[in-house]
Amino acid sequence: MAVIVDYDAGNLRSVQRACTEVGLAATISDDPEAIRHADRIIFPGVGAAGSAMKSIRKSGVDVALQHAFRSGVPILGICLGLQISLEFSEEDGQTTLGFLPGKVCRFQLRNRDLKIPHMGWNEVEVQRRHPLLEGIHNGDEFYFVHSFFPEPEIPTTIFASTQYGREFCCAAGLDNFFGTQFHPEKSGRVGLGLLDRFRNWDGQIAE
Amino acid sequence: MLSKRVIACLDVRDGKLAKSIRFVDTKDIGDPIVKAREYYLDGLDELVFYDITASSEARNIMLNVVESVAEQVFIPFSVGGGIRSVRDATDLRMAGAEKINVNSAAVLRPELISECAAAIGSQNVVLSMDIRRVGKTAGVPSGYEIVINGGRRPMGMDALAWAQQGEMLGAGELVVNSIDADGTRDGYEIALTRSVAESVRIPVIASGGAGTPGHLHDVLTTGKADAALIASMVHYGEYTVSEVKTSLHELGVKVRMSW
Repeated sequence: MAVIVDYDAGNLRSVQRACTEVGLAATISDDPEAIRHADRIIFPGVGAAGSAMKSIRKSGVDVALQHAFRSGVPILGICLGLQISLEFSEEDGQTTLGFLPGKVCRFQLRNRDLKIPHMGWNEVEVQRRHPLLEGIHNGDEFYFVHSFFPEPEIPTTIFASTQYGREFCCAAGLDNFFGTQFHPEKSGRVGLGLLDRFRNWDGQIAE
Repeated sequence: MLSKRVIACLDVRDGKLAKSIRFVDTKDIGDPIVKAREYYLDGLDELVFYDITASSEARNIMLNVVESVAEQVFIPFSVGGGIRSVRDATDLRMAGAEKINVNSAAVLRPELISECAAAIGSQNVVLSMDIRRVGKTAGVPSGYEIVINGGRRPMGMDALAWAQQGEMLGAGELVVNSIDADGTRDGYEIALTRSVAESVRIPVIASGGAGTPGHLHDVLTTGKADAALIASMVHYGEYTVSEVKTSLHELGVKVRMSW
């Protein structure tokens, strides 16, 4: 069974409905035991890094996620779920889970016409092949809502990028963890396609 | 580069799709869920539902509509109409709406904006403003006045000042709805939209008056809007969503073209 990690971080049912649409049965849970026994995990989220970390530490979800990551269970992080999978976030100066070496930075854009949050549809450029990105063409657009962006330390963990005043990483992964800054559940057919590939992903990044 | 968004607006009355002309006459034109799915598959970027009924029974119908839409449409959508409390907002969010639109109730009690922003995040709170062109006065220096209750009640408030106050209170986006242009299909009120867009740093959605793709082009370029709301031009089948987007693309507006 797939588990959508609940840590009071927003609209989880939209993620669940999109999973249903692609035939991935997923329950929403904040129970560390359920997460420990999940055969795949979706780690979504909107909101602030500080309160998210506080919530998952309190419930023990952080330890369950660490366990799942080390056990090779496929994990998909979405938006804040990707951000707090890095080591550190400039938002609230927060130490985060650290599946992926690197940090999360705040947009600091000189062009005042570029609004924060970065909200809406933007193009994704695939930098490196990944099973979850198969079938996505450069220029395909996904839906974003965020004020911070991931900055992975290891170049080979960056799989796709987007331009907004600067280039930033919008998809990153290491081993059985993969995360997107955009929202596949709100990105129409291309987003559902990514979720569909996650449904069958074995957690390996084949070359 | 961020794309400009094309947003379809569905006015829903008792669970049915309705369209008003200058906020007075409304007539039913179909099933909102069917239309929403059709537009989604045809490349729409976002949806807005306005519940134009007030009765409490109708609100439950609306929650059912929202649930059904959320099961079938995988793009962001917002819901507005009659939201008076955080509870109204969270009910709609639980039913599957991404964002909520506040309008009249926020004018009467501005704290509603900050309360909703605290509960569901600023980025999910859209302040919808119904605006009428009036003579410039001391109270309304821009010559654009806020009206509420579906355009029936002028408030003596300046639209630009209200837009800035809304941003300060935590609105994540603004809808600029021109009552003068609404339903005319003669084009958006460009000067108004641009004035608001230049007064705030949050995205502005232009509303009221769309009749041709050229109108969208004008408000998304000269009018400085981030998104344009359409209704009649697609509801009656004169244009499809993909035709509107293709035209915008050909006119040089950056829009999402693969879906």
